[in-house]
Amino acid sequence: MGMHDQEKFKIAGRDFSSRLLIGSSGFPNNQVMLESIEGSGADIVTVAIRRVDLSGAGENILDLLEDDYFILPNTAGCYTAKDAVLTAELAREALGTTWVKLEVIGDRDTLYPDAEHLLTAASELIRADFTVLPYCTDDPVTCKKLADLGCAAVMPLGAPIGSGMGILNPYNIEIIRSSVSIPVIVDAGIGTASDAALAMELGCDGVLLASAISRAHNPTMMAKAMRQAIDAGRLAYSAGRIPKKRYAQASSPEDGLIST
Amino acid sequence: MPVQGVFVSNINCENSLRNTVVIIGAGVCGLSIGWQLAEAGAKVTIVEKSEPGRGATWAAAGMLAARAEAEPGEQALLSLNLKSQEYWPEFRNKLEKATGVPIGYRDEGTIIVALDRDDAADLEFNYKLQASLGLDTKLLSGSEARGKEPFLSPKINSAIFSPLDHQVDNRDLVNALRIAFVRAGGDLKIYSEVDSIVTENGSVRGVHLNGEEIPAQFVVLAAGAWSRTIRGIAKEDLPPIRPLKGQMLALRMDPNKPLLRHVLWAPKGIYMVPRNDGRLLIGATVEEKDFDAELTAGGILHLLRESWEALPGIDELEIDEMWTGHRPTSRDDAPILGPTSVEGLIIATGHHRNGILLAPITAKTISQLILTGDLPKEIEPFGIERFRKPKNRTPHAA
Repeated sequence: MGMHDQEKFKIAGRDFSSRLLIGSSGFPNNQVMLESIEGSGADIVTVAIRRVDLSGAGENILDLLEDDYFILPNTAGCYTAKDAVLTAELAREALGTTWVKLEVIGDRDTLYPDAEHLLTAASELIRADFTVLPYCTDDPVTCKKLADLGCAAVMPLGAPIGSGMGILNPYNIEIIRSSVSIPVIVDAGIGTASDAALAMELGCDGVLLASAISRAHNPTMMAKAMRQAIDAGRLAYSAGRIPKKRYAQASSPEDGLIST
Repeated sequence: MPVQGVFVSNINCENSLRNTVVIIGAGVCGLSIGWQLAEAGAKVTIVEKSEPGRGATWAAAGMLAARAEAEPGEQALLSLNLKSQEYWPEFRNKLEKATGVPIGYRDEGTIIVALDRDDAADLEFNYKLQASLGLDTKLLSGSEARGKEPFLSPKINSAIFSPLDHQVDNRDLVNALRIAFVRAGGDLKIYSEVDSIVTENGSVRGVHLNGEEIPAQFVVLAAGAWSRTIRGIAKEDLPPIRPLKGQMLALRMDPNKPLLRHVLWAPKGIYMVPRNDGRLLIGATVEEKDFDAELTAGGILHLLRESWEALPGIDELEIDEMWTGHRPTSRDDAPILGPTSVEGLIIATGHHRNGILLAPITAKTISQLILTGDLPKEIEPFGIERFRKPKNRTPHAA
């Protein structure tokens, strides 16, 4: 294996064993979620802090996950900077972590991030010593601004959340990759294994997905497929793909053929 | 001992403690088990902390819909659901005969509709899943769906029809079960809270109730979402369940000119269930909120918006009632049925959204287990031991 394969996946100085991040929502049930996450090999699991109960007597999702995974709380369901900051603070209280996947949604139908409020919330949280991983549009300018603010990673969308349309603008993802020095994690839009592989081939550091696994007919099987896709895509990126050409180039040497 | 049909035959009770059973919880499952055991001659006491069936049983919509609600990765549960659905007609006949109380069983079937292109893609995806599971459902065009339900939105472009997914009025059901249980000789203690389950040398001895011990050879934990709050259960027997909050509401239709006759599923998990008395139930949100019981603007907005999109005629209907309830949801959404590490302590809880549907098979198998000592085949995959598997993964290095 080449040197690149040995490269650790690091966010904010912390090592992680997998470049695949899994969202914990939307699975048919918690048992399927646990089996899928295990099969995916993921190390980081995101949890919607507003959608979990942290106080009750019942078995909550954190009881099931916190011993085995790095829990990354997210601010899903927040529509303003204020809301997102309060939710991040709630997560810090409840989970004792300063890490947050920051989501500020701007529109109910597309679930597109609200760039203005995202930047405001990110800057406020960074000032309060949070480690911020913002979910953002695949817009190089916004990503650059988020990086300059001091975010620990940027998480541009491949396509709208849950749409399964894959990476709609690979050129933007490549530009984002080359214009920031922090990890780039494609978040949202992945529909199947080749989408995840493409993200890695484009040079992204990781992929976050949920629906592609949780809503598949066989979630645990899809989890395994995603694990292999991430590995394959990363290896292909590190190995260095050949350039695309217009004409054939025979793989055997054409010189020195014996002619009759 | 093989048992035919839904109902277990009578047995002899010689020893005075033999077949004394205390059931904790008078929800649909506790009452059904109790009724069946009492009919078979066992001495049964049901202890209920409030009125019978006022938890998830009351809040439910009474859909008997194994097919429409089939989900990926839940094949074992699907088989149990289908089996119980098969038992329902006999269960209903026997109950209505025993009590003279009609329970609003309706068999028009269930329609699932799609409103836009994305919904249609989801619908087809679900139809393929149903077909791969061998379920008898049909794809309909929008106009075919409107042929069955003329008030459906013109925007509806396709639908699934599931003729075998029926419904029952769960509140009438509770009242009937209560009467049937008491008539069969059962003892119902209402507004009585079990302090703890009493065990001795690995066997159950009874329950503590207001400082007094009620002796029993068997104790059945059927306390639904509250099953973990009962004291005296060893950690390994504590069922991995949680309350899963749902908000619902009911509108009032003219019962002679109902806006809807089938059970209807709109996109985004919202369903509508028409009752004989003209009530139109709309449910339900799914919220991880422990025992929070508040109605919220967002919850009701969600129910009304999605149902209005599919059935715009609800605009004119009066609001009859709004309520919340708590599904007793296990880790894998399937019920927990069967023995525990304590002899005589039996679990029948964690029915999630399927309590009404699964009441007949829960009653049949749990009473069979108590009366014969044999674990019925149907519930073998649903014991609590399925959650005790060792984990393969090494803990995350902090």
